Amino acid sequence: MPVLDITLKDNALIMIHSLFLINNAGDLFLEKHWKSVISRSVCDYFFEAREKAVEPDNVPPVIRTPHHYLINIYREKIFFVSVIQTEVPPLFVIEFLHRVAETFQDYFGECSESTIKDNVVIVYELLEEMLDNGFPLATESNILKELIRPPTILRSMVNTITGSSNVGETLPTGQLSTIPWRRAGVKYTNNEAYFDVVEEIDAILDKSGTTVFAEIQGVIDACVKLSGMPDLTLSFMNPRLLDDVSFHPCVRYKRWESERVISFVPPDGNFQLMSYHISAQNLVAIPVYVKQNISFFETGSSGRLDITVGPKQTMGKTVEGLVVTVHMPKVVLSANLNATQGTYNYDPVTKILVWDIGKLNPQKLPNLKGSLSLQSGAPKPEENPSLNIDLKIQQLAISGLKVNRLDMYGEKYKPFKGVKYVTKAGKFQVRT
Amino acid sequence: FLFYIFRHDDLKEMLDSNKDSLKLEAMKRIVAMIARGKNASDLFPAVVKNVACKNIEVKKLVYVYLVRYAEEQQDLALLSISTFQRGLKDPNQLIRASALRVLSSIRVTIIVPIMMLAIKEAASDMSPYVRKTAAHAIPKLHSLDPEQKDQLIEVIEKLLADKTTLVAGSVVMAFEEVCPDRIDLIHKNYRKLCNLLIDVEEWGQVVIINMLTRYARTQFLNPNINESLLEENSEKAFYASDDEEEEDKKAEPATLAKRKPYVMDPDHRLLLRNTKPLLQSRNAAVVMAVAQLYFHLAPKAEVGIIAKALVRLMRSHSEVQYVVLQNVATMSIKRRGMFEPYLKSFYIRSTDPTQIKVLKLEVLTNLANETNISTILREFQTYIKSMDKDFVAASIQAIGRCATNIGEVRDTCLNGLVQLLSNRDELVVAESVVVIKKLLQMQPEQHSDIIKHMAKLIDNIQVPMARASILWLIGEYCEHVPKIAPDVLRKMAKSFTNEEDIVKLQIINLAAKLYLTNSKQSKLLTQYVLNLAKYDQNYDIRDRARFIRQLIVPTDKSGALSKYAKKLFLALKPAPVLESPFKDRDHFQLGSLSHLLNAKAAGYQELPNWPESAPDPSVRNVEVKDSIPDWSKCSSRKDRKEKKVEKPFYSDSEGESGPTESADSGNFLISLFHRMSHVLLHHSHSEQSSSAEDRKRGRKAVKNQKSASESESESESSESEEESEEESEEESESDTNVRKKRTPVLKQPPKQSKKESKKETQEMSLLDLDDYEPAPASASVTPVNFLSSSLVSDLEGLSLTDTILAPTTLAPSGSIKMYELLHRIKGEGLAVEYCFSRQPFSPEPNMVAVQIQFTNNTNSETKNLHIEDPRLQSGMRIREFAEIDVLAAGESVTVVMGIDFCDSTQAANFQLCTHTRKFFVSIQPPVGELMTPAFLTENDFKKEQGERTSALSRFNTHSCPSDCSFSSKHLSFFSFYVAVSL
Repeated sequence: MPVLDITLKDNALIMIHSLFLINNAGDLFLEKHWKSVISRSVCDYFFEAREKAVEPDNVPPVIRTPHHYLINIYREKIFFVSVIQTEVPPLFVIEFLHRVAETFQDYFGECSESTIKDNVVIVYELLEEMLDNGFPLATESNILKELIRPPTILRSMVNTITGSSNVGETLPTGQLSTIPWRRAGVKYTNNEAYFDVVEEIDAILDKSGTTVFAEIQGVIDACVKLSGMPDLTLSFMNPRLLDDVSFHPCVRYKRWESERVISFVPPDGNFQLMSYHISAQNLVAIPVYVKQNISFFETGSSGRLDITVGPKQTMGKTVEGLVVTVHMPKVVLSANLNATQGTYNYDPVTKILVWDIGKLNPQKLPNLKGSLSLQSGAPKPEENPSLNIDLKIQQLAISGLKVNRLDMYGEKYKPFKGVKYVTKAGKFQVRT
Repeated sequence: FLFYIFRHDDLKEMLDSNKDSLKLEAMKRIVAMIARGKNASDLFPAVVKNVACKNIEVKKLVYVYLVRYAEEQQDLALLSISTFQRGLKDPNQLIRASALRVLSSIRVTIIVPIMMLAIKEAASDMSPYVRKTAAHAIPKLHSLDPEQKDQLIEVIEKLLADKTTLVAGSVVMAFEEVCPDRIDLIHKNYRKLCNLLIDVEEWGQVVIINMLTRYARTQFLNPNINESLLEENSEKAFYASDDEEEEDKKAEPATLAKRKPYVMDPDHRLLLRNTKPLLQSRNAAVVMAVAQLYFHLAPKAEVGIIAKALVRLMRSHSEVQYVVLQNVATMSIKRRGMFEPYLKSFYIRSTDPTQIKVLKLEVLTNLANETNISTILREFQTYIKSMDKDFVAASIQAIGRCATNIGEVRDTCLNGLVQLLSNRDELVVAESVVVIKKLLQMQPEQHSDIIKHMAKLIDNIQVPMARASILWLIGEYCEHVPKIAPDVLRKMAKSFTNEEDIVKLQIINLAAKLYLTNSKQSKLLTQYVLNLAKYDQNYDIRDRARFIRQLIVPTDKSGALSKYAKKLFLALKPAPVLESPFKDRDHFQLGSLSHLLNAKAAGYQELPNWPESAPDPSVRNVEVKDSIPDWSKCSSRKDRKEKKVEKPFYSDSEGESGPTESADSGNFLISLFHRMSHVLLHHSHSEQSSSAEDRKRGRKAVKNQKSASESESESESSESEEESEEESEEESESDTNVRKKRTPVLKQPPKQSKKESKKETQEMSLLDLDDYEPAPASASVTPVNFLSSSLVSDLEGLSLTDTILAPTTLAPSGSIKMYELLHRIKGEGLAVEYCFSRQPFSPEPNMVAVQIQFTNNTNSETKNLHIEDPRLQSGMRIREFAEIDVLAAGESVTVVMGIDFCDSTQAANFQLCTHTRKFFVSIQPPVGELMTPAFLTENDFKKEQGERTSALSRFNTHSCPSDCSFSSKHLSFFSFYVAVSL
């Protein structure tokens, strides 16, 4: 393959020069160049770093090579490796690459090697629209969907029969209006707007159960299917809780500043309206407690494990989807345990013990108990593994945040409105 | 291989067929080949033929192919050029844009002139989208042929003046790539860019903010220059110092610059204020850009606000965390206090990737001080137990750094580290040894126990760095461990040949030091070691051995130096300073690639140092121009739509024209207006409780009456609205007061007006929504009344400052503001706009002429347009326009109707009817539009003025709305006054 390496005489400052997609096994399965072609051999530097890093998430996001810089992200088991030649804010590139991954997810349902390979033409068209000469052009999903229609089973069937195409025949009006995130001419027979308040608790509890650190990360995901140009206002019962927020570009920041209401013209479809961060520790309720004892004996190459989980501050709701994950030390060969509730599984290769409890019954606390066998002759592990907790509480925002009302202006129909609350464990860790 | 040739023939055949579906299938396969990195260049002739294909998708894929291979097949690529040239003339803006995109992406030198021409034309295209594409094309052409730079700069200059948010980001990008040093091009656009910023798309925001950071560094003064002065002296001190300053001024301007109390340039403030809301952006790159802007430009006291936003980013993807943490690490060295409240956010989880852990550790170490060290050390203790050994090593180093930086905890740390020496993991021990060595150097006398303990370790530890450290320690402090030291040397001599180089060097070192202090026991051992070293493979070691032998073993030849050998070797060595690797990284612009790599990346623009004295701020003043672009004359439907996109910026430019007024009188006038409108709003509020105040001057009182009547007529909602607006007014006044205090010497009316106008524009620019909804002309408005389209007019009536401030409103030129009566979406395709034409309404002199423009955006005709069922306040009257029989699809028509508002600002409500539908609409006049033209000479004017003043005060005290024509007459000479002053 003749490779024209004219990149050296090419002194233009291009933000993103090329993109390579590489899977976990190290196969380069897609390349796209927005300027002259850069040989894929540049990825050798990446492979070198990848090997050195052992774990995929330890690959440095920025890799320096003699003539280029490689900025990469790792997502859904795919490395998105972009080639940069000159100074550019690294976050700019990283954020863009994530946006690309999100767009794939949005279009194909998931962002995986196989879906990308199956839809390579659409992927190429998307990449072409998203970046012009290395500078982002159209990254809003609403606009892209007007330019390039996402594939559906039905449409691809129709397309093959009629020979029609995926590309939008009509012009994207969004680029031309002042609200680039919403496409014009939206029509629904059922007008509905759903909001999911999702809160995640990030916490570190120490051995004794005291909270070392806790905060809440909340997002409000919206699914808005409203005709025309609705202008929505979302207000809260207790907006004071929110002092650290970030918004979708559609939200009028000034009104938030002055009135603490969220006023916006929504994009069509699914989007994340806002995210917030509650860091005041006294506000963070910890829904469960964990009593644990993991010990390894000096002799006999064995250890004991005893974990009990119980409810703490659950606000009267049921804790569901409770899962305890333990990263065991390398010397632990197997586990012989007994769970009073749920099932456990120890993977001797990854050394991960997963105890899937399910619903937490406050009357009968789940317990996991038994012995661990270690590699014989190996010294007793110095460190104790920490426990990662996963859980879910429906119909509760643990911070107490409540949506007061949603009003719509600008359109005459009555939309169906719904708000759902969920609390989950985020990075919830118990040290031992 | 054969298979491929066959396949390609197959594809060629498909491409040559008449069926679009076959062509499409072929193109899809070809694109898939390109994506996989396979060569498809031999298909070029077959593909390029399809460039004019009617099918959009085929066309698109052909474009993809062309851009990829045109460079390799230049001659054939030229075949496609004419298609693109035709595309550039297409009536559809998207086709024009995409033609330009592809044309400029074909890297063939021959077409440079064609590209240049295309860019120039596209730069004055009426579609902002095409202009955006033109901006994108500029760097492409520049990289293809740098000789075009001068011409391209002209285009950039032109596009920089563009007022659409769509173009702003892209043109600044082009500016950064082609001529980043031409700061002079920015001056005139600086304020506009600041004001547009919040509405620009995310990527453009990043580029603009970075550029403005550099700009500000060249144009404004360092806000922290007088840091100490500002902190120590209270505000009164400013007054005190001012008098002196004035005297000094003549004498020594240079020293004055340093001693003068710092006053921030309002433009500098504008930048800080307009970027701040972007800290709430969902885009990490934008947040980072604002953060670095604040770090580099804001007064110390204000930098703190960025910490919260940066900490929020830590929840994002691990790559984002990585970059943010790097920057936080640098910032936390310079401004530790900023991140201290967020200490716990940097605590480490066992699931974090190692590179994140190490960076968090770095930040935690930087944040450690006397008060929080105990918490941090407790945290570190958990980290040492981690399974991740690299991380444990980093933790140990962090403990060492805390110990050196904070004297109080040195012993605690040392004890902890010594305990680690008995750790089972060798890496942990080795790292501890290295750190302990550094710590011991600070106070060796007290710690001979530890040294002894470490000497024993030498038998077990294999890590070279640790061995070397122990040997160095024993050598350095051999006097503290006189018995052990020679024994260690004995062991080392035995294993010398098997050691690593750094260990060997330290063995030689130890031998030399022992020879000098304890030659009796170690003389032979030393010679043995030196002999071994003499024949070592490494020349460094041979060199060292030779050097040391000469130095310590006295022979005839050895010169004077050997006398000082002891002094040389056993001199007191300063303890190492354990520094953060992020120290001084902030000489790179934060957030940049160069900062991350700690090395200058290609194309990095150095962040300039603050200037000693501020360059002329007046360069940023802009002359008032007729802000209507040339293309606004077009009348077809599509163009009107495009025109509307521009609309928000009309208001922007109106606001902007405030400070940019060049004539002195203009400036004065505007500041006068500002004060008046302020008083008026303020007063309308207080009037509800108290009666009129006599001391008010006449003109104000008139205005006052106006607004009083207005507030009476307002609905409840708009009243509250007014209040909120007024509050902000008050704020701004107190603000200006402060400013006045600070600048008592230089009374600067232009600055004041600038400030005012900035506030205006800021309010306008949150979202440019004019296009689709009558909603927020000003964003801080309660939307109670949204369903009625009268809101815009409500607002217009309210925002007096807006209408009065802008001189254009009073100028009888064509730049009359259009208001929306019916949005095309609500009107089901019928759009209605109106304006106050400021012409006499001939049928009825008491009526205000309202010019109404109907546009039919549907595909069918609209019939029988007329007015029905007017609902008016008592005294108000309407003179309807003649019914419009037919309005064809895509057409628009203008009619004039008359409304007697009875000198109130109440809305005239009526129904607008078509043959099928009725729409409730209302027109509410802004105060400034209620006028009758009258012409007075200046003398007459003054005379009138005197009379009015007295009349007004009387009028006001009685506050009875008897004299109806009064206010409108007054306004007429108000406008006269303006005319004279201008």
